[in-house]
Amino acid sequence: MKKLWKLAATAAAASLLVAACGGSDSASDTTQAPAEGADVKVAVVYLGVPDDKGWTYQHEQGILQLEQELGVEVKRVENVPEGADSEATFEALAADGYQLIFATSFGYGAPMAKVAVNHPEVCFQWATGAKFLLTKAGGGEFADFDALPANLGTYFGAAEEARYLSGIAAGKATKNNKIGYVAAFPIPEVLRGINAFTLGARSVNPDATVQVTWTKTWFDPTTERQAAESLLDAGVDVMAQHQDTTEPGLAADAKGAKWVGYNSDVKEAAPNAWLTAPTWNWGPFYTKTAKAVAAGTCPTDEYYGNMQDGMVTLASFGDSVDAETQSLIEEKKAATVAGEFAPFTGPINKQDGSAWLADGEKAELGFLLADMKFFVEGVVGSAEG
Amino acid sequence: MNSNIWLLSFADSVAIATTLILAALGALFTERAGVLNLGIEGMLLTSAITSFLVADSTGSVWAGLLLGIILGAVLAAIHALLTVVLRANQIVSGLALVIFGTGLANFLGKPAEGKTIKTTIEPMSFGPLSDIPGIGPVVFGQDIITYVALAIAVLASWFLFRTRAGLEVRATGDDPATVDAQGLSVATIRIRYTLLGGALVGFGGAFHMLGQSAAWHLEATTNGVGWIALSLVVFAGWRPIRLIFGAILFGFTLQLPFTLQAEQITFIPSALMPMLPYLATLIALIALSRPSSRNILGAPKALGIPFVRDER
Repeated sequence: MKKLWKLAATAAAASLLVAACGGSDSASDTTQAPAEGADVKVAVVYLGVPDDKGWTYQHEQGILQLEQELGVEVKRVENVPEGADSEATFEALAADGYQLIFATSFGYGAPMAKVAVNHPEVCFQWATGAKFLLTKAGGGEFADFDALPANLGTYFGAAEEARYLSGIAAGKATKNNKIGYVAAFPIPEVLRGINAFTLGARSVNPDATVQVTWTKTWFDPTTERQAAESLLDAGVDVMAQHQDTTEPGLAADAKGAKWVGYNSDVKEAAPNAWLTAPTWNWGPFYTKTAKAVAAGTCPTDEYYGNMQDGMVTLASFGDSVDAETQSLIEEKKAATVAGEFAPFTGPINKQDGSAWLADGEKAELGFLLADMKFFVEGVVGSAEG
Repeated sequence: MNSNIWLLSFADSVAIATTLILAALGALFTERAGVLNLGIEGMLLTSAITSFLVADSTGSVWAGLLLGIILGAVLAAIHALLTVVLRANQIVSGLALVIFGTGLANFLGKPAEGKTIKTTIEPMSFGPLSDIPGIGPVVFGQDIITYVALAIAVLASWFLFRTRAGLEVRATGDDPATVDAQGLSVATIRIRYTLLGGALVGFGGAFHMLGQSAAWHLEATTNGVGWIALSLVVFAGWRPIRLIFGAILFGFTLQLPFTLQAEQITFIPSALMPMLPYLATLIALIALSRPSSRNILGAPKALGIPFVRDER
């Protein structure tokens, strides 16, 4: 009898396990099939959910614009982890007859390229990607650029332009010249942002320093908050971030500091702390690409947008940003949009004081994308993480 | 550099210590009654997402806290049913609860993934007291749940070591046969304190969500705090007052990597620091899983052993 009880109890425990596994399905979708008569079938794959008020939210705004302008319904697949899971998702979408698939995270690249080989009739677009990384030389699986699938494009933008402008707001806002920056990973994308931000801050406040803390995560509310709190405890009075939650801003707000956000205009999260934020506007690119695919072509260049084409933008200003600072930023913004100003224009020194760019010298885009692995003068912290 | 940074960082770390105190007290009550519940991490996650969803839809953090507490007790009830009533292996049931709780939280949290909650628990203000340099932020800058958690820990110590009911709990964990001979129901006492423990763990999970984390992300919301809580009970020798100090120490080690970065202190490898609490947890869990080492540590003597009257 006792044995029987034990058996029953073990079975019950086992069924818990099964129930748990059943509950953790990977992807969920929210949209119905495209409307009748649509001339192009578009799908987008999200790492998170559209209402995260961050990275995915901005992509969703772009997709909404595409839907409105083309009169089609886009299929969204949410919460798709990077890696093997995403490969199955891309495969399923391609098999379902979607002609254009957007992938909105860096880690989707390799799985997407694999699927692209098997589905030459589908147009694949990889956000934040770089084709170099798919080649053997870049650590990928394809022999060289010529071996890459001909139906794969990448798209990203020069966030550093908006970073520079937001740095001006931070440089003006700091009272003790100490700015903090909570950053995810020491990769060129993030380092470009930190460096451009620092150059912007020091363009109006040569004594300002930007102190960087690495979290080694894109999205982790607790860790981001802890990192921000320690920086604030160290005395910074303006907080910037390359993270996907609003926690650094909330931490800054709680300690009476100012805040430069990222990704979205989330002034309402902490109105007193809010200065501004570099944000994204993916709508024009999404619309343009969908139109091209509808017309029978797949744009496969490595698209790098900027403030000029509107892919990169600056969020609204907080109430504490005075008129003088606003007009200063607007002026620089106009020069940037006109193509007369680029953040990485010499003279610029590296962190240790050694010269990087001579007076008037401009950094090459290729260098910025792949080889920006150091800090500029004014940044406090280690560029190695 | 600001010489105050250490005190201020310490004040910040009290929030995470509060989660640890509540969750570890839950584990302590459960274990004092002789039941080992390894499911804390899963329970924390389930309570956290429940409190998130409730607080988000009702706009009330208190409703969120209450439902979080209830969910903790409900999951503990599953453990009590399996291990006390059905006498299943406590370690297996606890681990199953971790997986079940994580899966349930993932399922419930799908619509909330990546979202930030609007209403959170704010730090209390004691006016000028909170501004006293040094001790002000540490002692008077916390939120109300922190003070409640400390009060619960002190009360728990008084209850366990100064009351007859507390004596019964401890006796149930040390020598259930004697409790049984006294005419008391071992099963009733164990179920009762497993549920109470679950409610405290639920309280911890809900607080962690509403008072500390504020955004939901399954992989990052608790970051293994439930496991650390289990090891904390071991290091505290199953005593609530020691547990307070342990939680504050562990909480500070979780904040420390960032404070060291902010202070440009780099002689300790940055990858090593965040590992320390988990390393301590690993050691404690190994000790906890072996009856012989349990005794050396001063664990309740019947911890993890189902009570069966006719086997004695």
